[in-house]
Amino acid sequence: MNFSKEHDMIRNLAREFAEKELTKEFLEEVEETGEFSEDVIKKMADCGFFGIKTPKKYGGSGSDHVAYVIVMEEIAKASGVASIYVSGPNSLVGTPILMSGTEEQKQKYLRILAKGESLMCFGLTEPGAGSDAGSMTSFAVLDGDHYIINGRKTFITAAPLSDYGVIYAKTDRSLGSRGISAFIVDLHSEGVSFGKPEDKMGLIGCATSDIIFENVKVPKENLLGREGRGFTNAMKALDTGRIGIAAQSIGIAAAALEESIDYAKDRKQFGTSIASFQGIKFMLAEMATKLEAARLLTYEAARQKDAGMDTSKIASMAKYYASEVCNDICGKAVQIHGGYGFIKDYKVERLYRDARVLTIYEGTSQIQQIVIAGQLLK
Amino acid sequence: MKIVVCIKQVPDTNVVRLDPVTNTLIREGVPSIINPDDKAGLEAALQIKDTNPEEIEVTVLTMGPPQAEEALREALAMGADHAILLTDRAFGGADTWATSNTIAGALRNLNYDLIITGRQAIDGDTAQVGPQIAEHLKLPQVSYVENVEPGEDYIRVRRQFEDRYHILKVQLPCLITTLTELSEPRYMSIGKIRDAYEKEITIWGLADIEDKLDKANLGLKGSPTRVKKSFPKSGKGVGEKYDDLTSDEAAQKIIEKLKEKYII
Amino acid sequence: MYKDVFVFIEQRDNLLSKVGIELLGKARELADERKQYVVAVLVGEKVQNYCDTLIKHGADKVVVVEDPILKEYMTEPYTKAVYHIIETYKPEIMLFGATSIGRDLAPRLAARVHTGLTADCTKLEIDPETGLLMMTRPAFGGNLMATILCENHRPQMATVRPGVMESMAKDEKRTGEIFIEEMTFSQEDVNVEIEEVIKTESKKKDITEARILVSAGRGIGGPEGLKPLESFAQVIDAEVSSSRAVVDSDWIAKDRQVGQTGKTVRPEVYFAIGISGAVQHLAGMEESDLIIAVNKDEKAPIFDVADLGIVGDLNEIVPKLTELMEKELAIKEDIE
Repeated sequence: MNFSKEHDMIRNLAREFAEKELTKEFLEEVEETGEFSEDVIKKMADCGFFGIKTPKKYGGSGSDHVAYVIVMEEIAKASGVASIYVSGPNSLVGTPILMSGTEEQKQKYLRILAKGESLMCFGLTEPGAGSDAGSMTSFAVLDGDHYIINGRKTFITAAPLSDYGVIYAKTDRSLGSRGISAFIVDLHSEGVSFGKPEDKMGLIGCATSDIIFENVKVPKENLLGREGRGFTNAMKALDTGRIGIAAQSIGIAAAALEESIDYAKDRKQFGTSIASFQGIKFMLAEMATKLEAARLLTYEAARQKDAGMDTSKIASMAKYYASEVCNDICGKAVQIHGGYGFIKDYKVERLYRDARVLTIYEGTSQIQQIVIAGQLLK
Repeated sequence: MKIVVCIKQVPDTNVVRLDPVTNTLIREGVPSIINPDDKAGLEAALQIKDTNPEEIEVTVLTMGPPQAEEALREALAMGADHAILLTDRAFGGADTWATSNTIAGALRNLNYDLIITGRQAIDGDTAQVGPQIAEHLKLPQVSYVENVEPGEDYIRVRRQFEDRYHILKVQLPCLITTLTELSEPRYMSIGKIRDAYEKEITIWGLADIEDKLDKANLGLKGSPTRVKKSFPKSGKGVGEKYDDLTSDEAAQKIIEKLKEKYII
Repeated sequence: MYKDVFVFIEQRDNLLSKVGIELLGKARELADERKQYVVAVLVGEKVQNYCDTLIKHGADKVVVVEDPILKEYMTEPYTKAVYHIIETYKPEIMLFGATSIGRDLAPRLAARVHTGLTADCTKLEIDPETGLLMMTRPAFGGNLMATILCENHRPQMATVRPGVMESMAKDEKRTGEIFIEEMTFSQEDVNVEIEEVIKTESKKKDITEARILVSAGRGIGGPEGLKPLESFAQVIDAEVSSSRAVVDSDWIAKDRQVGQTGKTVRPEVYFAIGISGAVQHLAGMEESDLIIAVNKDEKAPIFDVADLGIVGDLNEIVPKLTELMEKELAIKEDIE
């Protein structure tokens, strides 16, 4: 794939950052404690990783989606969880504000995000409303200068670490998804509480929890976009988000392939390195080919997005394909490592666990297929 | 204050390997980087700039082929204000004398208070160009600097020697050569990378500086030294190697070897 | 007419550095081939008392410049002094130690004299046909060797790293001439003000002077990993040195670093423990008489230069070796 010199330099930056900061020792500590150092988050912000495509006038770097994919890929290659911190402000949280926010909202929140001053989370999913967002029950009612929000959000990435959230709630119960509105909520407000962080399988180091809203007063000016336009707003955000998850997937898959190649060359059985066995060669060839196809699809989606094209189909394709092959590649990587792949001393063990959620969050593979099919059949 | 940092684009010699069959350097796929000592010097300059960003100006200058522009872009993406590329066939093949003569010529075109060069480049390891620029410009020099504190019209530096440090006070203008240990270079940022590609790089050839230097002493023909030949380093005979010893046996083997050589 | 081989004799605190004596040894060989004299250049505050030592180690003449200003090394006064000597005596060849003083002074001088300078030479020979000095040095991070000539400018100047050349055994019978150069220095020559001199304390021997080096690489895993190596070094009366990685991680002081950006060593025995052997490191130690490497990576390049290579776990081997060595030495003492 050909990249501009500017994009090459961005890749060098992300790679250098990963090499120096996301060291083996650091990542082991993250796995052990479940906490990710704020210092490293601040350094990522200083490198401009949190506002990659945010315009400069809002404190961002003014770059594009290709750059976003590059950074996500390189960071995820070293650490899946580190890439979660990159994805939030650039996609799920940043995009709705950039698209629907007022000038004041953009000035305030995009800057906070890009500079890494605060984390923000994206609150759409509810215990009873996952893929079917339209069935959400959180409700916001206007009362003078304020909305009063009640409800419960679940599986919210970085919720307990965040100062603000982009929260979706219905303003009109009689309507399905068209009754949903978006709000920027100060999570230090009275009536906001958090559930216990989930004990997750992978992506350890970024707490995920419920958020509970009990008569939370949100100033009227914190409505994000128009009433009833929240679902459209969320879907647009997810569109960018999908490219980000695809990028995460190719990063994690690339790491798994790299580890497998090294291991296959080093590991000796029957008096020779296992890389000389056809069974291993076939696996490596398949992994590399699928990864390359996923990369091409992901970067193509980013390029189309930068060209201003409608990317809902190709973004879904990239997310669907890259996350599925990532799981396949990580599975094979563990297989190549044999028993060593099953123990935590080897990086592929973490990659395998981190990969699993990629086909689930920000729209399951099945939802992506429905989106793709919907585009084909319309 | 105006600071000029002289940098060099070098092949990453950590990655350079010898082809075991032909015994020649494998240059393919070797990334080009900003020489580490120079990058530390740039960081020192940027730290001085941080104390008063509006008043202090950092210019990076390099001499090299057109592709050395990438090193300048990287320096801009770290925060340098201006970049100058000295490139001309006439400059090619220069040894340290001719190189320092050329760079000194370019510096006479500029205003400067402080000139910073890295101590040495990892591809040449001579540590000569910095002091020689200083001599051509008749400036005081301090080499092997590992700490810089800017003052009003002077700088205070710490110079590292094998067995001691000197704390030195030098009036500006002057030239210092910096060590990698001086400071960990900052990261670029995506925003600054954007800016770096929007900035203009000044390109100077011989015509732009010829009235500022002795034209007889440029490039290959103006170089007092000449490489007669270069050859790969000859390895010595293959030693013994064991990969199946227990630690007891290994320790025993080492002791035998020391006895064999009459060390013990 | 340019003639004779000059050697800049480095001193600090009125104590001679070993490198100057080593260079006299080399200069002796070169001068004999050229049928010329070896001239030692001695610059300092009060250094005349060393003339005799220099003569006994190979110098035919000693040129001395003394002045209080020359007490602590400063670029300009030293450049002025040596420049004066070059202009007065016109050497054909001039050698400097590749120390932080030599590498500060020599390039400045070469620029002033307008001659070539070759840094960090590992080999100096006279071309029998042309009589030119052939200066061979590593290039490209030690991957290549290059032989450099300086054909049309004089003196032919070179710096040589400490430990590379062998000094001549002291010859009590040698005699020589001493020339005192009278020079005046003014405050204008002092363009850099020394505010403070901080000597780095080290009771440890300089690694270039050690007979045996136990050298630690990244493979030791952390600062704790140095301890077994230190114990072993103590038993066999060795110094501990390291690769660059260990210095960069702040596990050991910079003055212990062997390699391209550290020091060149040639001890009788060099133990490379957990050192993979990047070319930059090899450049600084491969002249050692006996190289013993322990590394768990059987493909580590260090094994290409090792006389004895052990693929294995250093954490097990080093303590075992220390234990066996203690026994071995105890037995030996018994015999004596």
